[in-house]
Amino acid sequence: MPRVKVINYYIYTIPNRGIMYLTREQEQILNGEKGEILQRMFRLLTRLGDIYKADKMIPIGSVQVAGVSYKSIGDPGLEFLEDLAHKGARVQVLTFLNPAGMDLEEWDILGFPHDFSAKQLRIITAFKEMGIVPTATCTPYLIGNLPRFGEHLAWSESSAVSFANSVIGARTNREGGPSALAAALCGLTPNYGLHLPGNRIPEVVIEVKAQMGTLADFGALGHLVGKQVRSKIPYFTGIFDVTSDHLKSLGAAMAASGAVALYHIKDITPESHLMDVKGLETIHVTQKDIKETYESLNQGTNPDIIIFGCPHSSLREIIHLAKKIEGKKLKKPVWICTSRAMKEIANRMGLTSIIEKAGGKLVADTCMVVSPLEQMGYSTTAVNSAKAAQYLPGFCKQTVVYGNIDDLLKEQIK
Amino acid sequence: MKGRTISSGKTQGIALVSQQPVSFYGGIDVNTGIVIEKGHELEGQCVKDKILVFPQGKGSTVGSYVLYGLKKNGVAPKAIINKETETIVATGAILAGIPAIDGIDITSLKTGDKLVVDADKGIVQLSRQTF
Repeated sequence: MPRVKVINYYIYTIPNRGIMYLTREQEQILNGEKGEILQRMFRLLTRLGDIYKADKMIPIGSVQVAGVSYKSIGDPGLEFLEDLAHKGARVQVLTFLNPAGMDLEEWDILGFPHDFSAKQLRIITAFKEMGIVPTATCTPYLIGNLPRFGEHLAWSESSAVSFANSVIGARTNREGGPSALAAALCGLTPNYGLHLPGNRIPEVVIEVKAQMGTLADFGALGHLVGKQVRSKIPYFTGIFDVTSDHLKSLGAAMAASGAVALYHIKDITPESHLMDVKGLETIHVTQKDIKETYESLNQGTNPDIIIFGCPHSSLREIIHLAKKIEGKKLKKPVWICTSRAMKEIANRMGLTSIIEKAGGKLVADTCMVVSPLEQMGYSTTAVNSAKAAQYLPGFCKQTVVYGNIDDLLKEQIK
Repeated sequence: MKGRTISSGKTQGIALVSQQPVSFYGGIDVNTGIVIEKGHELEGQCVKDKILVFPQGKGSTVGSYVLYGLKKNGVAPKAIINKETETIVATGAILAGIPAIDGIDITSLKTGDKLVVDADKGIVQLSRQTF
């Protein structure tokens, strides 16, 4: 009976905006009956829902919270999070954490500044108090939070959003750090944007005619396409035989140079066969385009440090890198950034000691973008990640050397 | 011009206009409010107390905290006007209490314009008055 259902819903309206249906329980949260914190956080969600014309709130399977590094969020973020934690805010769904500004265990050995580290540890403590798992990785899908196809999520971390939507076929908008946190505390997210199948349809076709091979190639492709399509949904053709690592690199780059939260690749991503691309604008990407993108990303020579793992390295990438430098001596510091979970396995496999014997470091919990590189005496950094290449000049005052793993390591092996 | 309310509030000030998307994370220094993204058309300019006009946000989802941090540090823009506001900027503006409107044809605005912003009603007006 429709009337019975209607009794359970309230209509929430703000003049000049949308209409959203809230359940009785949600209405109570909004009225402050479940406490001030939930009220404040739920108000943020309802306002976002109103702006984007959500019809209701939907339950979510998990959350990825970005905005963890002290360098990114500073004292305002730290105070905001401690305030929430001390007032008793607790998450309602599985919630993982983005990378921190340092290796949370070996920060002293690696040379992270002490005042920075003290603030960083307070941020982690606040998150833990809220019941958030301090995974400190941008690749939650590699270490224990693997969504299912079609599952609704509230993830921040633009590269993870892209991976979840595109490679897995789960459904999440590009949440900001605070909106993801609000969703975690309420267990809900407003139903709009990429939660709706009708909004997941490609808007532009990218015909790749270049020879694609390395992670850096896919980074360059992503950088180029993200710049051109901005927030549109691209549909790629001409990409074959890739691993999820290549897709991780592609998606991260597009989400950094643009705001791409979802892409499809013909015959590779799970929703691609559902999509009709007839009549869409087509952009051709040639070998020359990729070469020019490499040149635009590559701003320097003679790096002080080489850093891999943006997004965090998978075990496959760590194995690959360890084999490349096994038994060699590196001239400059080489960091391989990854999650703590991957590092544990790498330790067990002896990969960490191979890397360290060559003079490299397997750095967990952080990455080149969110760590205070410029305070650590580095000014030129080599990367094989277009996302890192995008952020390092502005955020870490680094000149970037961009290249693939082989080319970057060739110059460093004695 | 009439648009959509993203974050409510009323203010007026001088426009700082970019026709390029803006990334708050890595794009704007949270302590000074100066645009630091290399090659950006606003590179070197300060967003403090400006009506910041740009088509849309881009880049990292940490941008919301940067916007909130700009406000806490006293170097935030007075208001934000977008062609289309995405979630990152919307969240930051709401959390920081910065008035924001989208759905505006920003190509008609230029840096130095005096703007009156009524984000409650979603209205932006060019003003002839000097502030």
